[in-house]
Parts: sequence; structure tokens; C-alpha cells
Amino acid sequence: MNKTEIQASWNNIRTISRRELQSYFNSAIAYVVIVVFLAIIGWFHTSNLFLANIATMRLMFELVPLVFLFVVPAITMRLLSEEKKSGTIELLTTKPLHDYEIVFGKFLAAWALVGVALLLTLVYYLTITSIGKIDNGPVVGGYFGLMLTAGVYVAIGLFASSLTENQVIAFIIGFVFVFVLLMLDKILIYVPESLASIVEFLGIDYHFSNIARGVIDTRDAMYFLSLIGFMLYLTVLSLGRRRW
Amino acid sequence: MAITVRNLTKYYGHEKAINDISFDVKSGEILGFLGPNGAGKTTTMKIITCYMPPSSGTVDVDGYSIADHSLEVRRKIGYLPELNPLYLDMNVIEYLEYASQLHGLDKARMRQQLAHMVDVCGLKDVRHKDIGELSKGYRQRVGLAQAMIHEPDVLILDEPTSGLDPNQIVEIRNLIKQLGRAKTVILSTHILSEVQATCDRVIIINEGSIVADGTPSELKQKFHGAESVTIELKAAVSDAMTDIYPKIKSLVGVESAEYIGASDDMHRFSIVVSKGSDVREDLFRQAVAEKWVLLEMTRKGTSLEEVFHRLTQAEDEKK
Repeated sequence: MNKTEIQASWNNIRTISRRELQSYFNSAIAYVVIVVFLAIIGWFHTSNLFLANIATMRLMFELVPLVFLFVVPAITMRLLSEEKKSGTIELLTTKPLHDYEIVFGKFLAAWALVGVALLLTLVYYLTITSIGKIDNGPVVGGYFGLMLTAGVYVAIGLFASSLTENQVIAFIIGFVFVFVLLMLDKILIYVPESLASIVEFLGIDYHFSNIARGVIDTRDAMYFLSLIGFMLYLTVLSLGRRRW
Repeated sequence: MAITVRNLTKYYGHEKAINDISFDVKSGEILGFLGPNGAGKTTTMKIITCYMPPSSGTVDVDGYSIADHSLEVRRKIGYLPELNPLYLDMNVIEYLEYASQLHGLDKARMRQQLAHMVDVCGLKDVRHKDIGELSKGYRQRVGLAQAMIHEPDVLILDEPTSGLDPNQIVEIRNLIKQLGRAKTVILSTHILSEVQATCDRVIIINEGSIVADGTPSELKQKFHGAESVTIELKAAVSDAMTDIYPKIKSLVGVESAEYIGASDDMHRFSIVVSKGSDVREDLFRQAVAEKWVLLEMTRKGTSLEEVFHRLTQAEDEKK
């Protein structure tokens, strides 16, 4: 691939992304998601904060991956399934685009929307800093980890959406998939000891809690990035199923 | 911008959707793809537009093969899929912008093409409306505008007039004719009058195979059934089959005759005439001689409809 090809590819990805974001904000989806997300986080965050009486974001960071479990599949469920159902996928795939450009463009749009929601939680950070002293290391790490976690969720949700024309089914598949990844390190006691460390390594929480402590290890970052890459690759394959 | 299709075969699972199809489309030609529903028209179009590959066979568009230069082929083609899928949440301009960006048009050219398409397709009044609010006729125009936004040399239109009312059909047909003037066009339809109205050449396809290929008039000639004449006579006879029928049958040029029916003294016959002869004059003289009163005489040529019917029926009967 030479430079102009990369430029053209990036333009296509941006076009797809922009259209997808536009569609989130044109419909009520974006607003509903953001409001619901902030309301849930805000509620649990403030109600526990004063009980704990510590200036920390840890409570929120532990909660967000759980709330994402519901929110992200709801954002991603329509990305490809709707195009399949309405037949517009045929328009899209007969334009001079690579399949991966479609997949990556859609991924970026949904990730950006989650990013916007996450960005708005900085309000809670501001409220905490106004009443107490907070250690900024874990906050930066926490947000970084949450973005990576969201990326994994979005990639999984997008893959789920590529499997079916039905948005509800796409939601359920995405939800279950993410749920399993989230639960992996909680079922370790049922796993034979020889496999335990592998299973633990596959779980999201293990890596997220590392990063959320403020320690950004390349191994953890690689875990998230390769999982995202793998899911996107599966999505490209799934989109190419029409060719089988 | 010629299209060459060679030995195209497509299986869906074990079902053979199209079977060894080969044809050429010359540059600038409007080709009609005619066939009953499920004959394989859409499948063939989906293959040419690179939506899915064939099980075997090749397609070249302007020398570019769909297998090896898919992106090049897609750049050259404007496609209106069956049922005209659209993003209903976008407005017309947004959607056309999106389509032109996906084709990589730069800003200046996009603006110019948008204005041109809005003008040619008559979208001026609805350009800021959501596509979901538009009538079917307007949606079809948006679909056509989308297909032509990047000035493709090849247009592939899958049933462009299905679901429209008669006025809209005429409008869209005129639009296709006007826009397709300098382009190579393949359009599919199961409406025969459409082919006669718009196409230079027709391919009739049935159950996955090509059963006829030629201009509308060539097809009519080639599959020339006999012409037929229908007459209605008023004659006071006791039995039409013995008193009238033999006399008609014996005229020169009559291949066969059929007694259709009678009411009171009115008798109807359908007469099949052998190729190249015209029996109407003789029929008239005969009627005068026999003192039959000639109430009606109609000549029917072979229509494309009959050709189509015969070709697609015959296949069914073979089974």
C-alpha cells in the first residue's frame, strides 16, 4: 500500500464514520444512551462516594464496565444488522470500498460515541477535585482502561451485528459475549488449576484493574488492542460471507 | 464500455441460480434483461456489480475482471439494486453527498454533480426532505441519482420501475432513456412493454439460462408465430361448424381456424394465417359472396409478449 492508497482508505473510513455518527445524533439513540449512562453512573457514583468518604474515582471505574455491558451492545446492535435488513448493505458493498473500511469506519463511530459519554463523566471528576484531593495517576489510567474496554465491547458488538439482520438478536449475542469475557476471572475457582492463569489472562477485568491502578503495562494494552483487532477481523470475515 | 460475460454459473447451496450464462453488451447499448421472477436476473446483476462472486465463469467490464480488479469495476458501475434500498433517515442532499464521497469525488466535482443530479432527476423540491418522507416515485429518482452521481459509464438497474404507478413508470423510463444515452445500461424487468419502450436489445432468461438474445424486432421475427385474424360474422345458419367453418378453412393462406363461439346469429372465429400472407381481403370477399355480415375483423401480429410466454412456458413444460 502506498501513501495515496492509505489516504484514500482513510477518507473512506472517515466518510463511513461520519455518516454513522450523524445517524446516531439524528435519531435519538445518541442522546438516550448518553443520558441513561450518565444518570446510572451519577447515581451510583454519588451515593457511594460519601459513604466511602474517600476522594477516589475507583467506584466509578469499577461500575462503568458493568454499565457498558448494557449500553455498548445497544449502540452497536444496529451498525450492520440494519444495513442488512434494509438492503443498503448492497449499496455499500458495491461502492469502491474495501470491506475493512466499512467495518473500521463503523467501529470508530460507535467507539467515538462511547468516548463522548465517557468524556462527560469528567464532570464527576471535577466535583471530586472540588471537595478533596485526588490522585491523578489512577484517574488517567482508569479512563485509558475504560476506553480500551469500550473498544473491545464495541468490536464485539459490531461482530454480533454482522451476524444477523435482527437488532435484538445482535444485542443479545453482543451482551452474552461481553458478559462471558467480564465473568472469566470470577469463575476461576471452577477452572482446573492448570488453566486458571490462561482463563484469568483472557478476562477483561484482570487487565482493566491493572491499568486502572495507574500502571499502564504494554502487555495489558496489547491484550485490549489484539482483542479489538481480532474481533474486527472476524467482522470483516463475516461481512464477506456473501462471497462464500 | 463493453461488458463481457462468459459461462457464468452460480449456486446457492445446491440450488443452481444461473447456469452457464454468456453474453456481451456493447458500449452505449441499453440491454433489457427479461424473465419471470426467480429466473436469475438479479443474481447475474449482483455478480456483475461485485456484490458476490460467481461459482464459476468470468465477467469483464471494460477489460477489468470482477475477480481481479473489483474496485476498478465498481468505480465504473452505477447500481440501483432491487427494491431500491435507501437510508431513510438521511435527507436527499446528505445521501447524495454520502454516495459521492464513497466514490471519492473531490469537493468541487461533488458540488457540480449534486447540482446536476438534482436538476436532471427533478429532485429540486425535495432536496432537503428526509428520504423516508418521499413517495416511491421520488425515491426511485433518488436511487437513480445515487447510481449516477459519479458519472459511471455503466448503469445496472434492477427492476427500476417496479412498484411505481403508471405515470411514474413513464417518467422513470424517460429518465433512464435520457440518462442512458451515452452509457452502457443493463436493466432488468419482468414487464415486456418496458423492454420495447426502452431497450436496444433483449435477453430473455428463464430458470437460469438464456433462452433468447436479440433486438425486440429480431426476436419477434425469429420466434415468429403465425399472425392471427379474429373475425365476427352475422349469418343465419343452422350449424356454423358445417356451414361456415370449412369455407373459411379452405381459403388460401389459412393455416388453421378455430370456432370460438356464438351468440344468436353471431359467430366468432380465430384464424391463424401462414407466414407472409394476408387473408383479410379474401375473407371479406367470401363473406360478401356468402351474404355473411362482417361485424369485426382484427389482425394480431406476434407480440414480444407471446414470444416471452412461449419461451418461458416451453421450459416449464419440459419438466
